[in-house]
Amino acid sequence: MSDPVSASAIPDRTTPLVAVRDLSVSFVSRDETVRAVNGVSFDVMPGEALCIIGESGSGKTVTMRSLMRLLPKHRSVIEGGISVAGNDIQALDERRLSQLRGSLMAMIFQEPMTALDPVYTIGEQIAEVVRRHTHATRPAAMARALELLQLVKVPSPERRLKAYPHELSGGMRQRAMIAIALACQPALLLADEPTTALDATVQIQVLILLRKLQKEFGMALIFVTHDLSVAAQIADRVAVMYAGRMVEQGSVREVLLNPRHPYTIGMLSSTLHGRVRGQDIETIPGSPPDLRALPPGCSFAPRCSRAIESCSAAVPAPIVLSPGHDVRCIRTQDQPAPFSPASTLAVS
Amino acid sequence: MSLATATPDIIPATAAPRRRGYWRALWHKLRYDYVTLFFLTIIVLIFAAAIFAPLVAPFDPNKTSMVYRLKPIGYRHFFLGTDELGRDMLSRLIYGGRMSLMMGFVPVVIATCVGGFFGVVAGFTGGWVNMLIMRIMDVFYAFPSVLLAVAISGTLGGGVGNGLIALTLVFIPPLCRVAEAATTQIRTRDFVEAARASGASNLSIIFFHILRNIVAPVLVYASSLISVSILLASGLSFLGLGVEPPTADWGLMLSTLRQSIYVQPLICAMPGAAIFIASLSFNLVSDGLRQAMDVRA
Repeated sequence: MSDPVSASAIPDRTTPLVAVRDLSVSFVSRDETVRAVNGVSFDVMPGEALCIIGESGSGKTVTMRSLMRLLPKHRSVIEGGISVAGNDIQALDERRLSQLRGSLMAMIFQEPMTALDPVYTIGEQIAEVVRRHTHATRPAAMARALELLQLVKVPSPERRLKAYPHELSGGMRQRAMIAIALACQPALLLADEPTTALDATVQIQVLILLRKLQKEFGMALIFVTHDLSVAAQIADRVAVMYAGRMVEQGSVREVLLNPRHPYTIGMLSSTLHGRVRGQDIETIPGSPPDLRALPPGCSFAPRCSRAIESCSAAVPAPIVLSPGHDVRCIRTQDQPAPFSPASTLAVS
Repeated sequence: MSLATATPDIIPATAAPRRRGYWRALWHKLRYDYVTLFFLTIIVLIFAAAIFAPLVAPFDPNKTSMVYRLKPIGYRHFFLGTDELGRDMLSRLIYGGRMSLMMGFVPVVIATCVGGFFGVVAGFTGGWVNMLIMRIMDVFYAFPSVLLAVAISGTLGGGVGNGLIALTLVFIPPLCRVAEAATTQIRTRDFVEAARASGASNLSIIFFHILRNIVAPVLVYASSLISVSILLASGLSFLGLGVEPPTADWGLMLSTLRQSIYVQPLICAMPGAAIFIASLSFNLVSDGLRQAMDVRA
C-alpha cells in the first residue's frame, strides 16, 4: 500500500490498535443531559474482530462514532481517552482527522440506501474516496473502483460501476458501501449494524464476506449489532453493553457459552435458538434505564433477579474471571453461572 | 425448438439495469410532455429572434417616420404596423425581445449564484451564521418584490444597469432561501456523514454532495423566476425606471403606446402580448421541468 498512513498503522500484533479508556459521552441540551456512554474501556488488537452487543440506546453506536469523532461537536461532551494507532482522536486537528478517516479507519453504515448519494453512480462514489486519499487520476480511480467491486464480489462489476444506488439491491448496495470503506485499505473497520437492514440470506453472505476480507487484509474490525447470532459468526471477542457501560467482555466463546453477567445471561436466554417449539421465551422484566437519570450503582440492578442492596451502592468494578474475560457484577463470585444457554449457537 | 434456443438470450437482455445519466433521464421524461415541448419551442424561437435580431428584423427599429405613424397591421410593408413615431412594430418587438430576455435571464443567473452561495453557506454552517444570513434575507423578503425593485431602481436612478442591479437584489433572498432549505435537508442525510467518515472535508462535501443534490430544486425555482423577472423589468421600463428611450423594450413600448390606445388598440396591445407569451412560456416550461426533475414544490 502506497499510503503512508495505513502502512504505518499496523506496527505489530502485540500493541493494541485501538485503545479506549474510560470513555464517557453525554449529549447536552438546555434542559437535559443524556448520558449515552458512561466509562467504557476496551482494546482492539490489529486484525481482531470485536463485536459490541447491546439493545437500542445502550451506547454502541455512540461509542463507534466517537472513535471517528463523528458526533456533533456542540452538543456532545466526550471524556476519556481514545487512541487509534497511536493517534489521540480527541486532540487531532480537522485536517489530520480527515486524512485518517477513510485511510486509517473506515466505517460502514446501517442503511446502505441512505448512506450512498442517490445522484452519483457507484463507481463515481468509490472513485471519489480513492481520489480523496491517493491523488489518483480519474481513470486510475475508476480502475481501482472496479477492482474494489470485484473484491466485494459484486456480480458483473463493470455494469454496476455505472449503476445508481437505486438500481441496486440492498445486499449489493451494502457491498458497494464495503467497497468504499475498503478503498484505502484501512487498518480499522467500523461496522454499525451493517446487516440489520438486509434480508436474512443476504445478511449471511455479507457477514461471510466481511469476515473474509477482514482476515485477508488483517484489519481490525469493530462490529456493532444487537443480533447475537451475528456476533457469534463474526467476532473474536464480544463486549456486551448496557446503559452506556460494558457489563461483560471476553472472547466470543467465553461470553456466549459461559456468560456471567445477569444481563448477558438474560439476553442469551431470550433468543430463539435451540428452543423447543411452543415453549415461552424467557424475557428480562422491566425496561432499560432512562439515560437522563441513571440509577446509582449497577444500572441493571432494578431489573436483576439476583440484585442485592449493595448493587445500588456503587458502579461495580470489572472483575477479571480469566485473562480477557471480565464482568461488572459484584455477585459474579457468589454463585456459579446458572445455566449454559447458547450451546446451539454456532460459535465459529 | 427455436423458442428453447432463444430464451437464454432474452433473459439477460431484459434483466440489464437501465443506465442513463441524470440529464439524459431528464430529457427522456420531457420528451413526452408535449405542452412543455411546445412552449420550449416558443422560447427557443424568441431566443433565436433576439440573437439574430439584425438579420431577422425587416427595418431599423429606431428609424422614425412622420408619414407612417400608427399604421394598422399589414399596412404596406409594415407587417405588424407602426408605432406612434412611425417605427416598424415587428422590428421593435424583435429588438425589444433582446432587452426583455436579458432582463429576464441576467438578474436570475446572478441571483442564483449569489443567493445560492449564501444559501449553501447558511444551510451548511447552521447556527448563528445561518441566523445572520437568513435574517438579513428576511428583511428584503418583507417587501413585495415589485415595490422593492421600484424602490432600489428609483434610488439608483434609471438605466439598464441599475435595473439589472435592482432585479438581482430582488431575487437573491428567495433563491437564498430555497438553496438554504435544500442544503439543510441534504446536510443531515446519511451519505454526508458517510462522506465525512471516509475523510471528506467540509469543502469537498459541499462541492461533491451538496451542490449536485440541490441543483434540481434551485434550478426549478430559478426558472420560475425568469418570467417574474421579465414582468418586473417591463414594469420598471413602463414606469420609466429601466430602459430609456429610444431603446426598444416591451415594457417601455407598452408605456409609450398606451396614449394611442384609442387610435390603434391592436398595436398598443402587442408589446403586452409579447410579455404575456414570453412569461407564460417560461412559466410552463419551468413547471414541466419541475415535474421532470421530480421536485416537490
